[in-house]
Amino acid sequence: MSNSSQTEESKEGNILPSSVSQVGIVTKYEISNYFRSRRFFILLGIGLAISALLTFLIAHYGVSSFGTTSLDFYSGWWGRSATFIVVFCAIFFGGDAISGEFQNKTGYFLVGNPIRRSSIYIGKWFAALAASLIILGVFTAITLANGLYYFPSSVPYQFEESFVFTLVYLISALGLTFFFSSLFKSSSFSILVTVILLLFGFSLIEELIFVFAHIEPWFLLSYGSEIVGDILTNPYPQHTIQTTGFGPGGRGPTFTTYNPTIPEGLAIMLIYFTVTAVLGLVLFERKEFT
Amino acid sequence: MPSIEAVNLSKKYGSFTALDSLNLKIEGAKCVGFLGPNGAGKTTTLKIFTDMIRPSAGHAMINGITVHEHKRKALAHCGALIETPEIYPSLTPSEALSMIAELRGVPHSDRSRRISEAIEEVKMEEWADKKVGKFSKGMKQRINIAAALLSEPDIILLDEPTTGLDPRGMSEVREIVRSLKQKSRLIFMSSHLLNEVSDVCDEVAMIDHGKLLVYDTLANVTSKFSGDGSDGSVEIGTLRPLDEEILKSNVASIPGVLSFERIDVKNARVRFSGGPESQERILVALVTMKIGLISFRPSSSALEDTYLNLIKDTL
Repeated sequence: MSNSSQTEESKEGNILPSSVSQVGIVTKYEISNYFRSRRFFILLGIGLAISALLTFLIAHYGVSSFGTTSLDFYSGWWGRSATFIVVFCAIFFGGDAISGEFQNKTGYFLVGNPIRRSSIYIGKWFAALAASLIILGVFTAITLANGLYYFPSSVPYQFEESFVFTLVYLISALGLTFFFSSLFKSSSFSILVTVILLLFGFSLIEELIFVFAHIEPWFLLSYGSEIVGDILTNPYPQHTIQTTGFGPGGRGPTFTTYNPTIPEGLAIMLIYFTVTAVLGLVLFERKEFT
Repeated sequence: MPSIEAVNLSKKYGSFTALDSLNLKIEGAKCVGFLGPNGAGKTTTLKIFTDMIRPSAGHAMINGITVHEHKRKALAHCGALIETPEIYPSLTPSEALSMIAELRGVPHSDRSRRISEAIEEVKMEEWADKKVGKFSKGMKQRINIAAALLSEPDIILLDEPTTGLDPRGMSEVREIVRSLKQKSRLIFMSSHLLNEVSDVCDEVAMIDHGKLLVYDTLANVTSKFSGDGSDGSVEIGTLRPLDEEILKSNVASIPGVLSFERIDVKNARVRFSGGPESQERILVALVTMKIGLISFRPSSSALEDTYLNLIKDTL
């Protein structure tokens, strides 16, 4: 966007906004489109359903089922659910954000105007982020309401950290889904790929690596996102844990499990975001409306 | 002066050549029809001009600015309607046009007026605040036309703009194009409808297999390429019923006239030879006859002849 600040007045009195301003305009209208869409309310319903289920379970089985401290409570509630909310938001709002422009031909309405494709891409990304933040905000509010009801004295600082890590995960997951959305022209195909990858694919690969390759899965986004839950355990899990099994003659094979350190987890998520955002942008810039 | 120019413009999809070194320069306020059979390269050309696809070679320029190097600047004074775009279904026409107005920098003080005028121009006032998702294809196309006109651009690129419209809608679009001509715009319009082109366009460019076959005024093209290469025909319309017998003898005496044929009570076709000079002579003579002449235009059949001759030659 090297010339983004350039403006030029036409004889009709139009002054072309800068590319940055155009990002804001796209974001504004995309958000209003999201807020009227069925998918936003479905996702809001999913978030509320998860919250309601957790509220019911704690009320029914008692808060002790999560543990005795407030940290245990937040670990049981937030640590297990927040990443699912993020994954759903990324799939719902990012899965077909760009591919839909091709398949539904909405791109034809925008691209023929004096606007860079990058402004459209970034504007749509910000709108998806804003819509996701509202869903996440509602889930966070219900989490805190329950947390403060059962442990009114304090909110552990680890929860604040976990919340920030969740935001970083959301940003990187949206970057990833936007990338796949740019890669394909079919909405259903791009959604399917992101669903498979984020809901099952990463976990499956991580499991296979654990069983067969015995290496640290530092290249998987899901591995990096484990810091969201890990920060809510005290003490923080060790980076490597060696477990020796029992074999027929006594000692069995030794297994090594890995937990990402906080800097490592943050780095994985931020690198994922950077790489997928750049690749997604390049793909969208090059893709043709044929 | 508004201008668009294709310089050695080529587009290949694998082994298929959609555009083959197209060179075309159009300058000034006029309406140019862009004709060609399916797959000739019309939409490809317009998509390159609007940065929807990239050329394999050559470049497209709007007002002397290369679209692919300076898209924002090149398209700042150009409104376009390519195929039938879809609008975000949850937006209303007012909101969709407001988005385009903001993106194009229509002044805030002027925005409501221009949106209202654009909606009025495409006869969608009743639907201005209804969600686009429930609209028919024709209604959406009207909004798309409004979006292309909203910023009052110097140059308007239209890709088969009457697609999906009912006969009334088609007629209204032709009326819009005519009114734009009055406002000194350059209109470049692809179409399959030869009568539509002969009705509203001043010039015509024909393309086939990605190559430009001809670009000239409608009169020159039809006189050069229809029939035996020298004949042309015009359709005339009059305010009063035509007296065939008197006219036949009077019109037949005009130098260059080959035949006079009444189409209906108030319309007739005059075939002539001698190109635009004859055409001018016939027009002057008909006006002098005081028959209540209200329209005089090259007949679509002449353009059809031209089209069929040129396209046939390239098969």
